[in-house]
Amino acid sequence: MSYIQVDNLTKQYGDGEAAVLAVRGINFGIASGELIAIMGESGSGKSTLLTVMGALNSPADGKYWVDKIDVYALGQEERADFRRNTLGFVFQSFHLIPYLTVRENVMLPLTPVKIKEKEKRAMAERALGRVGLAAKGDRLPSQISGGEQERVAIARALVNKPPILLADEPTGNLDTKTTREVMDLLKELNSDGMTIIMVTHNHECAKYAGRILRLSDGLLMAA
Amino acid sequence: MNLGDIALRNLKRRKSKAAFVLIGLTIGVSAVVVFISLVEALTQNINSKLEEYGANILIVPKTENLSMSYGGLSLGGVLFDMKEIHEEELAKIREIENAQNVAAVGPMLLGAVEMGSRKALLAGMDFKVIYQLRPWWKIQGNLPDQEREGVLAGAEAARVLGLGLGKTVAMNGRNLVVSGILDATGSQDDQILFTHLATAQSILNKEGRISLAEVAALCAGCPIEEMVRQISEILPGANVMAIKQVVEGRMETLNHFRKAAYGLSAIVALVGALVVLVTMMGSVRERTAEIGIFRAIGFRSSHIMKIILLEAGIVSVLAGVLGYLIGIGATKIALLFFAAEGAHAGHGISVPFDPWLAGAALVLAIVLGLAASFYPARVAARLDPCDALRAL
Repeated sequence: MSYIQVDNLTKQYGDGEAAVLAVRGINFGIASGELIAIMGESGSGKSTLLTVMGALNSPADGKYWVDKIDVYALGQEERADFRRNTLGFVFQSFHLIPYLTVRENVMLPLTPVKIKEKEKRAMAERALGRVGLAAKGDRLPSQISGGEQERVAIARALVNKPPILLADEPTGNLDTKTTREVMDLLKELNSDGMTIIMVTHNHECAKYAGRILRLSDGLLMAA
Repeated sequence: MNLGDIALRNLKRRKSKAAFVLIGLTIGVSAVVVFISLVEALTQNINSKLEEYGANILIVPKTENLSMSYGGLSLGGVLFDMKEIHEEELAKIREIENAQNVAAVGPMLLGAVEMGSRKALLAGMDFKVIYQLRPWWKIQGNLPDQEREGVLAGAEAARVLGLGLGKTVAMNGRNLVVSGILDATGSQDDQILFTHLATAQSILNKEGRISLAEVAALCAGCPIEEMVRQISEILPGANVMAIKQVVEGRMETLNHFRKAAYGLSAIVALVGALVVLVTMMGSVRERTAEIGIFRAIGFRSSHIMKIILLEAGIVSVLAGVLGYLIGIGATKIALLFFAAEGAHAGHGISVPFDPWLAGAALVLAIVLGLAASFYPARVAARLDPCDALRAL
């Protein structure tokens, strides 16, 4: 069994005649430390697959294992703990909390964790330093650029040092220069041993990946 | 940063929603405070007024005599056996369990005296407690002086007997000086001549004996019936009766008002809770995406509930304090109107700081706020993170 193992994974939306199979019996494995790109046309099921892999979306059928943990056998609250401890999420639209500062946004995954405030701040500062935004911790998300917001989202995803980073179109809203900067950052994190799985349309971004999973109409075409 | 910080930031960000919840709860709590403090202030006022009604327990000797009077018209009676009360026995009243409720004990000796060709009813009294037993008395002149053996004449007695201030009256061979004349009371007192108990006992040859005793009990929740039972036990030869119609009538009115006030309080509090519920539900719907982010990055359902309930708790505490202060202020204003309606209606009514009411207002606000926010918090906690993120 691989570090991440997907077995016969199926995800269906709706019931009866209105049922839509977004993911149809997919099988693949990912080794620890890989950088994977998931590609496919719009509606191919790649974002759905990412949400299932993010422990956010229960599959209709199949198994999803991470480090030998059957993720969907966990209860709701244990799955929340799993997300907090094992996964880092980078969303396409950054999804920063507008009324919290950059530093507080980065500290957000640490909020429910019982560690000292000073330690939380230090961890956030380290994560911000890693993405080159140490000087902008006191700003609100609306006071920084799109590229910086993306980097804040990455800092938030890695602040508690999860072993896996899931990224949904991480450069979808960025210009070419910023896209390259963000991809260099992801590559750097991957070089440090973080397993990264990203959904992307961008072939340039996909070139950073060690392996590409191609989806079409919910089926895995090539791995 | 902790969950409390997120709750605080969110309240600051959504000021209008927070203000709406605060106003709803504050109105509910202040209405409850107004109703309760008004009831308490009026109860205190009525109690103090009831004390002004004077004696409310009557102690008379046990008798087998059937009353032969009706509407002030006496037809005489048949005396089979009449026990007397001795003056010193009255001291036992101060030893009953509810002795602290006894404001005054007034012994009275009644007897007929001859004044020349006329007969009159003489009453011996203890004038030291007279204004507790008969606070409505208004006297022209003074109360009788014990050393000078004075007499106080009821209005009708003075008219019929032709008595004036300073005039000397002879009764059973004793000369008494009229020290005062009682203004008409409309009661039997108008027909009587009053003197000191010792003087009357001497004139009537009944040293150490009394005809009856009146007791003024403090009525701030005084258990009249219980006091009657306790006095009956220590004075087995006496018939102890409660004059309770006035007390019961007033208390019944007050109880009706109290019930209505509590009912209204409950309705207003319920409306306040509904305002909180609706506003918090709206707030949760607005924050679906944010909740989705929290859940996606690893917040448990219980963390989401905690954030929503913390927000409600912070607003509730504020509403509790504000509600109490506004409620007390409104009560004071309301009591001014009570005072304005009658010359003495609001006299003596005060609204002191009541730590119990303040605490109860705070607890009520917190309970209402949290109870009304529980369902929205549960809805937020149960949001599917994937569905919530789709709202973005």
